[in-house]
Amino acid sequence: MNNVYLPFPSQVKEIIRHTDIEYTFRMSFSGQVRPGQFFEVSIPKFGEAPISVSGIGPGMVDLTIRRVGTVTNQIFEHYKGNTLLMRGPYGNGFRTEDYIGKEIFVIAGGTGLSPVKGVVDYFSGHPEKVRGMTLIAGFKSPSDILFREDFSRWEKNMTVIQTVDSAPEGYQGPVGLVTKYIPQLSVSDKGQSAFLIVGPPVMMKSAAAEVLKLDVPEKNIWISQERKMCCGLGKCGHCRINSTYICLDGPVFNYAKGKYLVD
Amino acid sequence: MGYKIPREAADNLFKGLGKHYEIFAPKVFSGEGCFSDTGIIRYGTVRTLAEIEFEKKSDYSFKEALLPINETCLYFTENTSSVPAGEEKKRLIFLRSCDLHALRRLDAIYLENGPEDFYYKRRRERTLFVLMGCPETCDTGFCVSMGTAQTDAYDLYLKVSDTFVWADCKSKELSPFFKGFLEECEPETAKSVSLQVEPEFPKSNKESVTLPVSFSDDILSHPIWEAYGNRCIGCGRCNFVCPTCTCFTMQDIHYRDNEKAGERRRVWASCQVDGYTDIAGGNSFRKSQGDRLRFKALHKIRDFEKRFDYPMCVGCGRCEAVCPEYISYINIINTLAKEGI
Ligand SMILES: Cc1cc2nc3c(=O)[nH]c(=O)nc-3n(C[C@H](O)[C@H](O)[C@H](O)COP(=O)(O)OP(=O)(O)OC[C@H]3O[C@@H](n4cnc5c(N)ncnc54)[C@H](O)[C@@H]3O)c2cc1C
Ligand code: SF4
Ligand code: SF4
Ligand code: FES
Repeated sequence: MNNVYLPFPSQVKEIIRHTDIEYTFRMSFSGQVRPGQFFEVSIPKFGEAPISVSGIGPGMVDLTIRRVGTVTNQIFEHYKGNTLLMRGPYGNGFRTEDYIGKEIFVIAGGTGLSPVKGVVDYFSGHPEKVRGMTLIAGFKSPSDILFREDFSRWEKNMTVIQTVDSAPEGYQGPVGLVTKYIPQLSVSDKGQSAFLIVGPPVMMKSAAAEVLKLDVPEKNIWISQERKMCCGLGKCGHCRINSTYICLDGPVFNYAKGKYLVD
Repeated sequence: MGYKIPREAADNLFKGLGKHYEIFAPKVFSGEGCFSDTGIIRYGTVRTLAEIEFEKKSDYSFKEALLPINETCLYFTENTSSVPAGEEKKRLIFLRSCDLHALRRLDAIYLENGPEDFYYKRRRERTLFVLMGCPETCDTGFCVSMGTAQTDAYDLYLKVSDTFVWADCKSKELSPFFKGFLEECEPETAKSVSLQVEPEFPKSNKESVTLPVSFSDDILSHPIWEAYGNRCIGCGRCNFVCPTCTCFTMQDIHYRDNEKAGERRRVWASCQVDGYTDIAGGNSFRKSQGDRLRFKALHKIRDFEKRFDYPMCVGCGRCEAVCPEYISYINIINTLAKEGI
């Protein structure tokens, strides 16, 4: 009998440091996986943590982990150059097929960029498959900015607005919440647009409200939800909102359904 | 196949079952009730029929015999992990009609919602279910309203008196125990022990509910949630007694005497208790007890049904009876239905 709770070992191939507490762990993995899906990273005797796939490549997936507590501390302390146990991938993830031929707008807050990053990477590599691409990414402060190298790559073939909530005096880049930059977006054909919004709950709500003000239909908006998860398998119940299990039916939802997910 | 067996012979037959099966049944544990001089009825292992509480409904449900309160999923040493071996003995679980309907709900979550759960499945496959009848309704149940008052999904039905035991055995696996007994009696007696036995089911309850026919969005802001929420102390007892609540939290530990070894467990969780939804960054959802009551009540009568086509609640009435704050789940459902929400 197959035991879905058993993790498998995966080699840490490389570590990319973004900030003191945020690293990308490049892990060996060769199964099917989509951007926005997640793995349960498993540290024996400490616990498990759901972590989104932040990049996909041949024989590898990226996990960008923020150090916040018991399990993530262990990962940072002991697993550089080592083997990690994990199980997954879980959840639906973003279907890149849904966005082909569209004008894509990705709006991400902080670590919310991780789950959509695979989509940005994919279309950055295949610009011919979309009408256009814009990325608005917000971080708390300049020292919280993630994926710096990726940004310089992305800037070459898409519109990038990288903003910070607040910055010390003399800071050159854009300042302000991501929502500040939504009203000024020019959308060439609203019917053919796709808005991917990922971040903390409050940010997603206000960003979606701004996007709707542009007369973009609800069904052209996608969000990714984060909830407490203990299993990723539809059993523990923690992630449920009404009749929806975020771990099975999500975490990615079209806004036409996602807006009904009220706790 | 039905049997009417003299009590002494039945006691022996039951002993024989005990050699092959671990038998879980409701028992009275005195002095453990909410109030100091009261007993509590909950599940434990039994070796004799006399230990089983046949009359009164158990305060806690049978689910702990299938889903332990605290179950080890993996053992860890410094470098290895291993899955605990399954139990050697098969199980027999005594329960009532509403509970057997609840089993269907446990199966829905653990076997059908996403991939199959290894630990549940391996125990479930080696468990048989013994129905106890309900000649009289219990005090707080509303199984008749919920359509769970009758069942034929049992392996064995047993009814006991001081002089006889009546049995209806549907399970091929259990029938040799009864056939063996028949072979041992005189041919004359054997005739009188084989007969049709029909389980006793309650025809009506003291409590009844009407489920709301439809739910509008106004239900989210109905004043009943706040009114009851203000009284709720978030103790989670209503979840722990419920035969259809299935939530757990994963927990890793290391052993005190050997830091290098430890285990991963799952432990029953309650959506009414603080911490259930906490996520990194200090966010949590459904902060008020009122929101949590709504979340639970609507799962039982609306949200589970959206996924599986039948309501989750089986009307056992245990949550109604256990609440230290006298929060009436029955009243919540009936109020919502009456107001046509
Ligand atoms: C679908 C999903 C995708 C995620 N993707 C990422 C990601 O790509 N990168 C990243 O750094 N983090 C991600 N998280 C959050 C990450 O899972 C938590 O930060 C992690 O579980 C904390 O574990 P810990 O033991 O280090 O912290 P703990 O010591 O357990 O606690 C620190 C904080 O984390 C919260 N927390 C504990 N367990 C969980 C849990 N299972 N889910 C959410 N919060 C929890 C606690 O309530 C507490 O507030 C994701 C969460 C979900 C649900
Ligand atoms: S919600 Fe209450 S009445 Fe319904 S099955 Fe659970 S404990 Fe029984
Ligand atoms: S409703 Fe009653 S039993 Fe349930 S958590 Fe609240 S106080 Fe406890
Ligand atoms: S994470 Fe356990 S049910 Fe979704």
